[in-house]
Amino acid sequence: MIITLIDIILLTFMGATAFAILRLRSLFAVVMLSGIYSLLAASMFVSLDAVDVAFTEAAVGAGISTVLMMAVLALTGERERLPARTPILPLVVVTLTGAALFYATFEMPAFGDANAPVNLHVAPHYLKNSFAEVGLPNVVTSILASYRGYDTLGEVTVIFTAGVAVMLLLGGRKGDDAGIKREPADDAGNADSGDDDDRDTRGGAA
Amino acid sequence: MLQVILDHYNYWIAIFLMMVGFYTVVARGNLVKKLVGLNIFQTSVFLLYISMGKVTGGTAPILDDRFQVYSNPIPHVLILTAIVVGVATTALGLGLVVRIRESYGTIEEDELDLADGET
Repeated sequence: MIITLIDIILLTFMGATAFAILRLRSLFAVVMLSGIYSLLAASMFVSLDAVDVAFTEAAVGAGISTVLMMAVLALTGERERLPARTPILPLVVVTLTGAALFYATFEMPAFGDANAPVNLHVAPHYLKNSFAEVGLPNVVTSILASYRGYDTLGEVTVIFTAGVAVMLLLGGRKGDDAGIKREPADDAGNADSGDDDDRDTRGGAA
Repeated sequence: MLQVILDHYNYWIAIFLMMVGFYTVVARGNLVKKLVGLNIFQTSVFLLYISMGKVTGGTAPILDDRFQVYSNPIPHVLILTAIVVGVATTALGLGLVVRIRESYGTIEEDELDLADGET
C-alpha cells in the first residue's frame, strides 16, 4: 500500500515537472527542471524494481545530459523568445493522439500482473537458468552481456557514430576562416564534452 | 473503479508525459527546448516499458535464495540500451544546435526560416 502511494506521488511529480518545463521561458530553469525530472524518473525506476536502469538514468539523464545542455546554453543564450501566436494545430494533434493512446490502455494487462504476456515468454527461462548458464546473480547483466551481447555491440556502434559526428561538427576546423577564430576556446570545450559523454555512457552501460 | 485507476495509472502518466514532450517538440520554436521535449518523450517510453515488466510482490532481478518472485528483467535490458542511445542522440542534437547558432546567430525556428528565405 505504501509503495503504491509512493509510486503515485512520484508519477504525479513527474507530470507536474514536465508541464512546468513546457510552460517556462527561462531555458536555464528548463534545463534544471529536466535534471529534476530525470532524478524523479530514476526514483520511479527503483520503485519498479529496475535498479540498473535507475543507476543509468541518474548518471546519464540527470548528470551528463544536464551538463551538456548547460554547456550549450552558455554558448547560445538562455531566453526563449515568445512565439508570435499559439498554434492550434499541434494542440489538436497532440490531444487526438493522447486520446487514442488513453483508449488503448484499457486493453493492456493490469499493472503488476504476473500473468501478463510480457512476463510469460522468455523471462522465466532467464530467471530460472541464467545462473547456471552464465554464472552471474544479476540477471540484467547476464542478458545484457551474454544472451543479448549483439545488442550491446550495436549500442556501442551507435555511441561511437554519435561521438564521431559531434567531433566532426564542432572540432577539427580551427583556422578555416577568420570568423571562427574569435571563439576557439568554445570549440575545444565542446569537442571535449562530446568525448567525455562517449566514455561515461559506456561505463554506465557496463 | 479505484482498482481500474490503480491498474492503469502508470500507463496514463506515461501517455501524459509523452504528449507533453510531443507538444514541446512540435509547438515550441527554440531548438534547446525542443531537445528537452524529446528527452521527456524518451523517458516516458522508458517508464511505459519498465511499468509493463513490474510484477506485484516481486523484487529486483538479482538472484538470491531469499526471494522467489522477480520482476521481468528483459524490459530493463532494452531500456538500458535505449537510455545510452538517447544521450548519444541528445549530444548530437546539441552539437547541431551549437553549429546552427554559429552559422545563423539564432536558435529560434521562425528566425531560421526567415534567414533561409522561407516564410
